[in-house]
Amino acid sequence: MTVDSTLHSEEAPSPRTLNMLEHHVRAVALEKSYLKGNHKIPVLRGVNVSIRKGEFLSIVGQSGSGKSTLLHLLGLLDSPNVGEIELQGKRIDDLPAHARDELRNRVFGFIFQFYHLLPELSLLENVLSPLMIRHGLREYLRHRREYRAAAREIIGRVGLDHRMKHKPSEMSGGEMQRAAIARALVARPQILLADEPTGNLDAQSGREVMDLLRRLNELEGLTIIMVTHDDSIARQAHRIVRLNEGRIEVLGDQASTRTG
Amino acid sequence: MYKILLCLRYLRTRYIALASIISVMLGVATMIVVNSVMSGFSGEMRERLHGILADVIVETSGIEGSHTADEDMAIVEQAAGQFIKAMTATVEVYGMMSFQYAGQYVTVPVTLIGIDPKGKAQVGPLVQYLDSYQEVVEDGVVTRPPLRSADEPPGWELTDAAKEYRKTWVEMQRWREDFNIEDRYGVGHEPPFHEVSPAGATDAPPFTSTEQAEEVITTSHSTAAEELDELTPEVPATDLASQGPEFETELPEFPDAFPPTDEEPIDPEDPFPARLYVGAGKISFPWRDPENEGKVKVHWMVRPGDDVKISTVSAVAGMPPEPRHFVATVVDVFKSGMSEYDAQLVFCNREELQKARGMIDPNTGKGSITSIQIKLKDYQHADEVIRRLQAAFPPGRYVVKTWEQKQGPLLAAVEIESAILNVLLFLIITVAGFGILAIFFMIVVEKTRDIGILKALGASSGGVMTIFLSYGLALGVVGSGVGVVIGLLFVRYINEIEEAITWLTGRKVFDETIYYFPTIPTHVEPGMVVGVALGAMIIAILASVLPARRAARLHPVEALRYE
Repeated sequence: MTVDSTLHSEEAPSPRTLNMLEHHVRAVALEKSYLKGNHKIPVLRGVNVSIRKGEFLSIVGQSGSGKSTLLHLLGLLDSPNVGEIELQGKRIDDLPAHARDELRNRVFGFIFQFYHLLPELSLLENVLSPLMIRHGLREYLRHRREYRAAAREIIGRVGLDHRMKHKPSEMSGGEMQRAAIARALVARPQILLADEPTGNLDAQSGREVMDLLRRLNELEGLTIIMVTHDDSIARQAHRIVRLNEGRIEVLGDQASTRTG
Repeated sequence: MYKILLCLRYLRTRYIALASIISVMLGVATMIVVNSVMSGFSGEMRERLHGILADVIVETSGIEGSHTADEDMAIVEQAAGQFIKAMTATVEVYGMMSFQYAGQYVTVPVTLIGIDPKGKAQVGPLVQYLDSYQEVVEDGVVTRPPLRSADEPPGWELTDAAKEYRKTWVEMQRWREDFNIEDRYGVGHEPPFHEVSPAGATDAPPFTSTEQAEEVITTSHSTAAEELDELTPEVPATDLASQGPEFETELPEFPDAFPPTDEEPIDPEDPFPARLYVGAGKISFPWRDPENEGKVKVHWMVRPGDDVKISTVSAVAGMPPEPRHFVATVVDVFKSGMSEYDAQLVFCNREELQKARGMIDPNTGKGSITSIQIKLKDYQHADEVIRRLQAAFPPGRYVVKTWEQKQGPLLAAVEIESAILNVLLFLIITVAGFGILAIFFMIVVEKTRDIGILKALGASSGGVMTIFLSYGLALGVVGSGVGVVIGLLFVRYINEIEEAITWLTGRKVFDETIYYFPTIPTHVEPGMVVGVALGAMIIAILASVLPARRAARLHPVEALRYE
């Protein structure tokens, strides 16, 4: 929680002033392959990437280049065959399952292309779900008001106050994606992992979502790792990593990508 | 928290889950209904089997009986007196009963039980099985009130109705004799035992064969013998002025068969000293009246007030058994609802049966008995009483049994039947369980993406598994809860439902001519209901284990990729 408070405090340092050596998340020599039938299909063939605190990183590449897989590995949704994931210098990919579950809940926030809201739950409940998962029944009920207030506040920030009781099926794509962002934020994560967040949205909604992400990065210092195949979207990040057939092709710095 | 929320949401939004709830519900309801009816049937059946049997029965090994009745009862009293509420001595013997119906002699095998009605009423139900104490109800309308009040102790007197009936047929008898009418009419109202052949004479020998026998049978054998001479074949009863010897020698036969005592009625309207309660099964048959919408009616071949002839064997001490005959007046009809008893038992006044069988010791005047029927204060002590009585009597002389042991095979059959039925029904619930299994797999597949989301949000595998397990539990709880309610309602209104189905289909579902019960008997055991409900819940949980494990093992990435 100490990390949380610094992240969300007003004094959070701007990403540009961060020590470039302070790695927030780091992938070391990641290799991952899937079995399809009897064939082993390599997806990542030795990827090294490190993300600094407060950085907004885009991972781009063609379909099948392994960019989503890299994101999943960084977010502990999957484990690598070879290589390590480090969080603030500590290896996390070999932690026991419950510890990884907890990291996913507290440290990482996920946004998906298809929003992946739970269809049975209302917007408010969806946003509350990470908190529900984090806390046991009794603890949750004890702090219910507090959590709900926090969820409402975040929903307000993504501009969905009027949708509080609506089910995902009653919302537009842009609204759903903003709801998903609210859900990711309610857990006060350190790192936001976004998998094609605009991939399914029209230009207007996509712009709104990207503005939201940038604001979060700039104002709150949230580390964001975003996978996209759209270069114009990717260029809004500080830095772009291009994957090609499981390897990092170009490691452009923020200046070059911003100007490019 | 999310587990409960999601579980409740899934319950509310997955209509397919309704299918599993319904299958659990139907299984539970069926089991409750069938068990209640089975248990009602077997309870009713036990009651009826117990029926006229006393709790514990001490029987002599042979039908000649024991002449030490008082001593034996004293032994019983001494051995287990503290457990015993009442006991009575009876004489049981096989015999035949003959009556005339539709111009034919009908002879049926019966078990004759000589009882003292008041003593018998103390050791087991008797009054409630006697027809004259019951009201007759047809189609819900009382067509005949009870002929005797319930507080009148059972005895051997004819009811007024039976006297009236007896008078009528005696009148008719006279009338027929007066006008020399050949007997070739009607069913049901003709007096029994008019002569077919001059067989009256042949009935005499048993009584003349041994002087001793005569002595025992009649208290005033000399009078009897004189009368016997008088009353040979064609001469009818003394005060019957008019005779039709060629065709009616009915009355002479009675004294023949059983020589009258001093008090022997001469007036044919008076009943004979031997009186009977006859089991309904032997003297009646159910009959569907084709002119009255096939309504079931009971046709009586013998009514209270009629005379029947009883044949049995003598049990004179020291003598080989001889056939014995006597005429007795039917006083009442006995109907316990157990066909086995109703078709078999004929109760006779004990004294007269003892006299007829020569069981009365000429020296002491005491009659022999064949069994002692014992009513216990608490049936739980039955085993103890049996043990004590078996120890008290020398082996071989008496057989001591509880009523359950006497009816052992039948009771065991009922129990086995009910156990088998339960196994079969539980299979039904298991089928419902497999239904849940299949439906749950479907739901897991459908929810694959959601499971991936939950895992991405940090839910543990155990948490995901808990969702589906508690979902299964919830289905089980709701299903069995509703099932219990429906089952109990069904049991409560089963007779109304039966009537409705009968009315709808026009076919009688529950035929009271097959069963003796006018309505479907039910008995709800709370333990059974709880057991069934719990069993259904456990099956629901077990059925959700496999899908839940599958859900828990889903790989989040693959689950999320699933579109």
